[in-house]
Amino acid sequence: MTSALGSVASLAARAGGSVVRQVRSIVDPSPARPAGADRPASGWLVVTVFREPSEIDTDRLPAPLAEFGDQLEVRVRAAADGKGTELGARLRDRPSGSALGRLGGSDPQADLRSALRRAKQLIEVGEVLAVDPAPHGERTATPGGALLEMWTRVAPKAGVR
Amino acid sequence: MKAVTWRGVNEVGVEDVPEPKILNDRDIILEVGLSVTCGSDLHLLGGYIPAMRAGDVLGHEFMGTVAEVGKSVSKHRVGDRVVVVSFIGCGQCWYCTQGLWSLCDNGNPNPGITEALWGQSIGGCFGYSHAMGGWAGSHARYIRVPYADQGAFTIPDGVSDERALFASDAAPTGWTGAHQAEVKPGDVVAVWGAGGVGQMAARKAMLMGAERVVVIDRFDNRLDQVRTHIGAETLDYEEVDVPAELREMSGGRGPDVCIEAVGMEAHHPGPQYLYDQVKQQMRLHTDRPTALREAIYACRKGGTVFALGVFGGVVDKFPMGAVMNKALTLRGAQQHGHRYVPEILDLMSRDEVRTEHLATHVLPLDDGPKGYRMFKEKEDGCVRAVFRPGR
Repeated sequence: MTSALGSVASLAARAGGSVVRQVRSIVDPSPARPAGADRPASGWLVVTVFREPSEIDTDRLPAPLAEFGDQLEVRVRAAADGKGTELGARLRDRPSGSALGRLGGSDPQADLRSALRRAKQLIEVGEVLAVDPAPHGERTATPGGALLEMWTRVAPKAGVR
Repeated sequence: MKAVTWRGVNEVGVEDVPEPKILNDRDIILEVGLSVTCGSDLHLLGGYIPAMRAGDVLGHEFMGTVAEVGKSVSKHRVGDRVVVVSFIGCGQCWYCTQGLWSLCDNGNPNPGITEALWGQSIGGCFGYSHAMGGWAGSHARYIRVPYADQGAFTIPDGVSDERALFASDAAPTGWTGAHQAEVKPGDVVAVWGAGGVGQMAARKAMLMGAERVVVIDRFDNRLDQVRTHIGAETLDYEEVDVPAELREMSGGRGPDVCIEAVGMEAHHPGPQYLYDQVKQQMRLHTDRPTALREAIYACRKGGTVFALGVFGGVVDKFPMGAVMNKALTLRGAQQHGHRYVPEILDLMSRDEVRTEHLATHVLPLDDGPKGYRMFKEKEDGCVRAVFRPGR
């Protein structure tokens, strides 16, 4: 019985520890724990552009990425199976962020995510698709409306995991 | 201009909104001829897809006349009569070039919402919430259509507006289900849901050579439409045991392909409906997968189940054991309409696809709230309420 209780206690402690680690990784990711928090450990953000690698000149990047200047490292490599070219970028100062922060609009990499997405559109389509101003009626308050409004403000700065 | 808008949960309005403008070189402005309610709109009205803001213009299935063209549009001219696919695809990304148009990388300007929900964002859709891009809908006098060379298709002379309208969404969605489920000659195909999408999935399955196609619903007038206009067999799920009937109809095997064209608000006469409804209302799960469960249960060993009805989030009591142990193929998709519309319009011009019977009620925009009420409550045998903005 003692042994069984010990096993249960051990399991509970391990489960509790796991929960604590999960919560901490969301709320307060430290640079010493680079993986998780909805970002890769390496800091690279990557999009696959449906163009040959020879068509993407890292010395003449589309304006949204070129504007970062020396703050940015860039890499390209052919995607497998004819899927195009993997265009990667990361900020040299490697800022930390959290998944909650990303949802709340305080993602330090948000501008880079947006720039990568716009650069991909410029290379593939030749222009960045705009949605606003879209016709709409009166914006009265609805349950959840404020949250949605906040989310739609930050939603365009995604599209790159 | 006048438009039918989402005002809140179960609240539809008619109000004046600004006219759209060309914002990208590949845009057209379309004067809407006809714009139709869709079953998936009911998920927005019911609050089950909580990404609508008061004032959003509803509608994603439409046709009309080109009123203005952007400077990079090459396929269309002012005055062309076109039908527009409800999903927005660029035609240039890998997904579009693979024919997986609803997965377009570039058609949703608000990718963050669906990325958080599903891991990746998919393409945009007109009038279908800020999660799908925040695009204004088609229940209005005018609508802006981006990537118009890809998404707008000229309607052949001789195909009526009322028929071509359903080449926007119902028909290509049905085509997506039957084609992507890889229906083969000789197959027995079961389709849950006798609305526009279910009827079109059944029609495509028949055209692909299915030996028997059986459509399941509970509304007599819809089942009658299936028999009369589609030529498929029917089952009323309130009258019979559906899996048992399907086993009998397929030599004891079960259907080779099961297409679920119902989605997140499925009904069922059994106690599981009450269970799913309670959990959905308490937000313990987002979608009621009653028909999907039955499709998985009914499907033959090694068969294919296709989720064509709209699901938004997570479901409960999902029969994973049946999926795994019966070696089922489980697939799903929004519509990849761009690849199917030319074929559909051609078949419409030869009377091999007929859809005008779906438009049971044609109304002016001022009747937007009434049209949605009739559609939702199936009043007066309403299968689809269609709005004619020019009326």
